[in-house]
Amino acid sequence: MAGFLLRRLVNYVVLALVATFLAFTLASVTFDPIGLLQQRNPPPPAASIEAKKRDLHLDQPIPQRFVTWMGGVVQGDFGRTVADRPITDELGRRIGVSLRLFLLGITIGILFGVLIGVVSAIRQYKFSDYFATLFSFILLSTPVLVLGNLLKIGAQSVNNSIGSNVLIFVGEETPGFQGNWFEHLGDRMQHLILPTLAIALGQIAYYSRYQRSSMLDVLGSDFLRTAQAKGLTRRKALMKHGLRTALIPMATLFAFGFGLLVVGGTFTERIFTWYGMGDWLVTGISAQDTNITATVTLFVAVCVLFSGWLADVLYAALDPRIRVN
Amino acid sequence: MTSSEILFDSPADPVVEGPVLQVEDLHVSFPSEAGRVQAVRGLSYEVSPGEVLGIVGESGSGKSVSSLAVMGLLPESARISGSIKFQGRELIGRTDAELSKIRGRRISMVFQDPLSALTPVYTVGDQIAEAILVHRGGAVSKQAANKRAVELLDLVGIPNAAERAKAFPHEFSGGMRQRAVIAMAIANDPDLIIADEPTTALDVTVQAQVLQLLETAQEVTGAGIVIITHDLGVVAGFADRLMVMYAGRAVETGKVDEIYQQPRMPYTLGLLGSIPRLDVGEKQALVPIVGQPPSLTDLPPGCPFAPRCPMVVDACHTAEPPLIDVDGSAEHRAACIRTGEIAATETEGAEAAAEIFGAEVIEEAEIAKVPREQRETVLELDGLVKEYAVNKGVVFKRRVGTVHAVAGISFDIREGETLGLVGESGCGKTTTLMEILGLEKPMGGEISVLGTNVSSLDSKRRFEIRRDMSVVFQDPMASLDPRLTINDVIAEPMQVHGYSKADINRRVPELMKLVGLRPEQLSRYPGEFSGGQRQRIGIARALALEPKLVVLDEPVSALDVSIQAGVINLLEELKSKLGLAYLFVAHDLSVVRHIADRVAVMYLGKIIEIGEVNRVFDAPRHPYTQALLSAIPIPDPVKERQRERIILTGDLPSPANPPSGCRFRTRCFLHASLPPEKQRVCIEVEPPREVQAEDHEAACHFAQIRQVL
Repeated sequence: MAGFLLRRLVNYVVLALVATFLAFTLASVTFDPIGLLQQRNPPPPAASIEAKKRDLHLDQPIPQRFVTWMGGVVQGDFGRTVADRPITDELGRRIGVSLRLFLLGITIGILFGVLIGVVSAIRQYKFSDYFATLFSFILLSTPVLVLGNLLKIGAQSVNNSIGSNVLIFVGEETPGFQGNWFEHLGDRMQHLILPTLAIALGQIAYYSRYQRSSMLDVLGSDFLRTAQAKGLTRRKALMKHGLRTALIPMATLFAFGFGLLVVGGTFTERIFTWYGMGDWLVTGISAQDTNITATVTLFVAVCVLFSGWLADVLYAALDPRIRVN
Repeated sequence: MTSSEILFDSPADPVVEGPVLQVEDLHVSFPSEAGRVQAVRGLSYEVSPGEVLGIVGESGSGKSVSSLAVMGLLPESARISGSIKFQGRELIGRTDAELSKIRGRRISMVFQDPLSALTPVYTVGDQIAEAILVHRGGAVSKQAANKRAVELLDLVGIPNAAERAKAFPHEFSGGMRQRAVIAMAIANDPDLIIADEPTTALDVTVQAQVLQLLETAQEVTGAGIVIITHDLGVVAGFADRLMVMYAGRAVETGKVDEIYQQPRMPYTLGLLGSIPRLDVGEKQALVPIVGQPPSLTDLPPGCPFAPRCPMVVDACHTAEPPLIDVDGSAEHRAACIRTGEIAATETEGAEAAAEIFGAEVIEEAEIAKVPREQRETVLELDGLVKEYAVNKGVVFKRRVGTVHAVAGISFDIREGETLGLVGESGCGKTTTLMEILGLEKPMGGEISVLGTNVSSLDSKRRFEIRRDMSVVFQDPMASLDPRLTINDVIAEPMQVHGYSKADINRRVPELMKLVGLRPEQLSRYPGEFSGGQRQRIGIARALALEPKLVVLDEPVSALDVSIQAGVINLLEELKSKLGLAYLFVAHDLSVVRHIADRVAVMYLGKIIEIGEVNRVFDAPRHPYTQALLSAIPIPDPVKERQRERIILTGDLPSPANPPSGCRFRTRCFLHASLPPEKQRVCIEVEPPREVQAEDHEAACHFAQIRQVL
């Protein structure tokens, strides 16, 4: 088993390299940071433009630039931005912001998604099922842009009715906030509620649909009947034998959901002004910055591949049929 | 079986007088789009302690629904009325929590499909232990329950029980899983065991093992058993009493012997007459029951069997006949107003059925009178080999083994002849078929169709040769495209082979008539036909190009018994009318005996016995053939009880790693009885196929005749 997972890991490293190389090349070919520089008013002197070109290695062919950049990455140096700031400094902070935002949202999304999906399946075609279905479809068809702004409006009216700023929807903490660690935590929580909700709601809707259908598959299965025939009550059979089996196909979904959301959350980050990885990608592209784009792409690739790896581990843990000897 | 006394010593069990189970006027209905389905309509029966009741009926007769009602496992949408008393206590109306105390403790159940009956994510041992813990969790520790689970697995005949208890269900074969389910069912020493088609999904040799195990289970628990089946053979030797169900009601009940010997309801007669008999050598007239079971949403008044009954009179349509005593016996009852007339016929059982239903022996074809050697060879296999590589690894695939699916088989089929190819699942039957149908150069050996070696064919010749060969598949539902009309289905092969439009339009209705369907139905879709009718459509399609050879892959095994006979008769008629040759692949040896001229028995990719069908069946030489034949139940209670069964141990070995020498030796009872020096021959030398008698070859070093029927 360990050997199998290790082999997978090696494959993933190769895939991550390929993905990053492609992103790097594409960005290098299309971006024109010097052009952006020349458009400034007044235009910078020719000498400093030449210096910039050298700094950004624009005088080298693209594959060589990639090798140079990658050489740095291996040593923990992700290069410098066009504005000449080290990327590595910002990378850690931004990853932290993204993880804080998404880990909670996804965990809530998975828990409630599974719960609602299971209840919908067991009470199929009852009111609760129709209700959950309707809400899921509304949420799934609402772009996060709309949902986020609706949440903001809702939060504003909540704040107004309470008369104090309980739900804060700008940034991840109040700048210059003074207080002990507990008060800091409280402040961060106030900032976290709305974006977390924006992420969790969509996730709940999404997972509950899949969980419902995978649970329905299991509901008609013979082994559930066997469990009841042994003397388990329906509820106990459903939980111990039904849900446990119905979770297996969800493993991939959970794992990849996480990997993709970390960057798919660009809109959420922008709406709630969280400076995470998704936000950075947009910043990087608008600044025509190859290094930022390639760094974010590498991060995404690592996330996705880690998700794939996690899916394998989850699968093996959940389903004895695919455990490899 | 010494452990059984320890295991089933439960003095706390109350001894209850009277029947274990009493079902009184049970009605079950389900909602459906076409209206309420009356699945069970006034069913009454009882089971005494230690008694075995067989419930026989076709799919949709309500036999499974009524037993699920006893277990309280029907879906919520079911509406139940009547009374189900277990040991005098009413079960209908109890809550799930109350019923769960009885389920698995006092009443347990064995289901049809062992492959899906166990939860895939828990070990077999844990699942058996759970059955104990859920009822005796307070008194029995987890360790004790696990220990008992191992004992139970040992009792049901799982070798290395302690080791195997830690295995997951997918690591068990079908037969072993059914054993595990039975272990679960007897874990708490129940008073009633309901077995719903417990052997239907299993191979014949495994079926014999499981039936024997159920008998053992009955002995150790002393429970009453309800065994539900569609196979009249299975219950003949096992059941004490029988109940035949049709359209949600009991239509005949009585002692097993009485029902098999003096059936008094035309449906029972038809059922008995429709089964080909393994123990009958001469050509038998099979009774086809026309039509299909009625829809249970909107039953017309009168006897529900009337539209299919050959004895129907006007009075049958006025009211549904109740169960009445037959021949003055209170034990034997039938729901028919003409039982007296049936009793008055001179013949009994299957013969009476043939007479009443007007079934006749189908005449042999003209060509069959020509000696075999003088007929043209339609298909010849010489040393055919097919192997599959077993690969491991996702990115870097490497070969870790070889599955020897077909390991050098030879046979030929002459014009107008049927060769039955039989064997357990996994023996290579289907692979052989696919190799023949593929018409490609085989990995080893040669395939010749009508004298042409397929290795030498170019694509044009191969296309031409396909006209001479066609196929009918097992599953009539899956083998017809649901989006094509029947007309298109049957016309397609002719279009592919460039028939003119006029020819096709002339020939399609002809083919419909040929297979016993009405040409007016040509514009309909497959979904509008029943299973038997769809199989007829499949046959019509196979005959479209006037082939010389038809390959039939289990053509009747997916059909209900009453429908099966009609399709077998049709195949026989077509063969005699058109001079067809059949390669008939089946696991049902009774059907093979009925329809085949010659039979080839396969085991692990080899033909171990081949020859004229009556010679092989009456005087089998190979121990495997003997075991196969002896495993098949005969629908005759008297014969069945006297028969001595050869029970093969274990399952088919993996074809990736077949035993050395004789491939059958690991399961062979003859081998086990030999002295060591002779055993060494089996282990070291692969037995060649040797002529035993005229047109009878077997591959066994120590072949000897043993009659098993």
